[in-house]
Parts: sequence; C-alpha cells; structure tokens
Amino acid sequence: MKSQTMTTTKNWPLWEVFVRSKNGLEHRHFGSLHAADADMALENARDVYTRRNEGVSIWVVESKNITASNPEHNGEMFEPAKDKVYRHPTFYELPDEVKYM
Amino acid sequence: MSEEQIRNLEKQFEERIARDEKIEPKDWMPEKYRQTHIRQMSQHAHSEIVGMLPEGNWITRAPSLRRKVALLAKVQDEAGHGLYLYSATETLGISREEMYEQLHTGRAKYSSIFNYPTITWADIGAIGWLVDGAAIINQVPLCSTSFGPYARAMVRVCKEESFHQRQGYEIMIKLSNGTPEQKEMAQDALNRWWWPSLMMLGPTDAESVHTEQSMKWKLKRKSNDELRQQFIDQTVPQADLIGLTIPDPDLKWNEERGSYDFGEIDWDEFWQVVKGHGPMNKERLKARVSAWERGEWVRDAAMAYAEKKAERKEKEAV
Repeated sequence: MKSQTMTTTKNWPLWEVFVRSKNGLEHRHFGSLHAADADMALENARDVYTRRNEGVSIWVVESKNITASNPEHNGEMFEPAKDKVYRHPTFYELPDEVKYM
Repeated sequence: MSEEQIRNLEKQFEERIARDEKIEPKDWMPEKYRQTHIRQMSQHAHSEIVGMLPEGNWITRAPSLRRKVALLAKVQDEAGHGLYLYSATETLGISREEMYEQLHTGRAKYSSIFNYPTITWADIGAIGWLVDGAAIINQVPLCSTSFGPYARAMVRVCKEESFHQRQGYEIMIKLSNGTPEQKEMAQDALNRWWWPSLMMLGPTDAESVHTEQSMKWKLKRKSNDELRQQFIDQTVPQADLIGLTIPDPDLKWNEERGSYDFGEIDWDEFWQVVKGHGPMNKERLKARVSAWERGEWVRDAAMAYAEKKAERKEKEAV
C-alpha cells in the first residue's frame, strides 16, 4: 500500500459549492468537492452538481474561508431574538375595522 | 464532561431525532452515532465508486450509440453519487484520503454485488433493472434519515437513480423481444443476478446486528426482510411482463399474505463474498487501487500548477 505517498503529497483542498437553479432565485449550498484550484472547482462543480440542468450560475469558495457559528453557542447567538415579539406585526393590537394594514 | 452530563446530552439527542429534527455536522452527537455514520456512509460511497467498474467494462462495447451514451451517463452518475456521499461523510471529521485508504487496504467494505462479473451485454440490463432496483428500495428511506448531509445527498441520488433502472429494464425488454439467442442471454443474466440482488437487501432480520440502533437513528425504516419482500413483489411482475422466468422454483403467489413466497437464499455464498472470496473481489480492488496510483502524477501536477498560478498572481499584485 502506498500510504506513504498519500501523506507526503499535497491533497486537493475542499471547496463549497453554491448553485443558482434559475434566475430570480438565490445561490444555494449544494455540497462540496475537492479541486486543485478555483477554476477546477468550478468545472468539477458543473460535472458533479449540474449534470441535469440544475443550475445557471455557480459559486465556489474554499471551505477554509468560511467562518461558521458554533451550535454550542446557539443560546447566546439566537435566543435574544426569541423574546422580541414586538418585532412582529401581530404584536400590535388594532381594531377590526381598520383596513389595509 | 461527567458521565451524567453525557447521558443527559444523549437523551436530548435521541429526543431530537424522535421529533424528526435533523442532526447537522457541528451539532453534539454521541461518538457511536458519528462512527456508525462514518462507517455506513463511507461504505455507501465506496459502493458507488466500485460500482462503476463492472459497468465501465462495457462502455466501449455497447451495442449502439443510444446504449453507449446512456451507459456513460449512468457510470458518470455513479461517480457523482460517490462524490456526494464522500463529501457528506467528510463533514463528520474523516478526510477523503483516510476513506480511500480504508477502501484500498480492504478495511472498509463496499456492496458485495459488485464482486460478481459482467460477462455479457445482458448483465448491464440486469444490473440496471435488479441491482439499481434493489438499491432504490434501500435508498429511498434514507432520504429522511436523521443526519442532514446524508439525507440531502440521498435525495439527490434517488432522483437520479430512476433513470438507471429504466435504462436497464429497457435493455432487458429489447433482448427478450429479440432473437432466441438474445432472449436466452437475458434469461441467463437474470439467473445469475437474481439471488445476489436479493442478498443486497442485507442478512435476514434474525441475523442483522445493527437493526435496532439503526431504526432509532432512522438509518433504517424497514427491516431487511421487509425490504426484500417489497423488492420481490414489485420485480416478479416485471419479469413476467417480458417473458423471463425468475430462477426460483419455490416462488409462488401467496393469496393470504398478498405477497410472493420465495425459496431459501444461499447465505453461505453471501458471507463468502463479504469475506472477500467472491469471483471478482481481488480484481475490483486491484482495478481501484491501480486507478488511484496511476492518477497520482495527475493530481500532483494539478496541485503544482495551481500553486504556480497562485504565486504568479501574487507577484503581479505586488
């Protein structure tokens, strides 16, 4: 087994792939893949994720460049929004007669 | 973390899954959940990759351009499925290289069905019809499994799998309606692939060790025996329709059960192939390792070129 070469050669980095399925829609995360550089990542993304017309535009970004929130901190991160019901229209009481509001 | 804290976390974790919440890669998860998923998902990925070998064998010999483009597209899909699954597995903290090494050293398994040879063109029909048919039955429940990246990969895989089965069945129809020799070829392929396809749905419930845990984590929704019955019940009429005979003298419609009764499966053969003594185990692994090793200079060259380009860009910027 050539496990030695596996550790000594440089492996292709990981890229995240975002695809716009059609104009008018946002790019959505489709998955990831390995590629030597951005051009190859784009070409591979086309072959792996859009073989059946699933996209009209592709973004690739090297995974290491993404900063992600940590689920362990979800409390302090997202809970403050939970008790702010006054940010929703239904918080405000209006008489039934009011129209167009 | 104290043992009690871990027990607590585990309890919350199991409750989340029971509520049909998805688990995402960075969420806390029991070590066993992580390891089980790495094992099952990487084996699934390996099966897609090794699965290209028996069919790739026939691309250059496809009998028409129509068949050739279809087979090429199918084999390319299998590569794609392998890639979706490898990426999904990587989110659990194992590297692609580690997974390849596990496959290449024989530590990781792949589906035993690919250790059977494809000796005639009809085998390509039988594989699409039966092997992809059984795979669909195995895979559809996984679209709603608890681990998010696995479920998402499976949704994509299942969407693409249907074409695989239909192109296979179409090959069988054509051969069955052809010359007596062609029909005989189709029957011969069915004879050889029928039992291994039934084995693809896994050991009997009595022998299956992971079932209970897998059910809890939604890695499984139905037992192996239920899935096998489903496969038989839907496939037998398809064989009847094109005048082929299922090679099982005990196969009989059971009015009471509303299902087919079927004969004994040769589980010794199954375990022999799993243990590496199938007709093609050595050949498949050799082909896979050789493709990886012979591609090494290409991977290295691509990396060197990417680095050179990046350096040049940096210099220009200065």
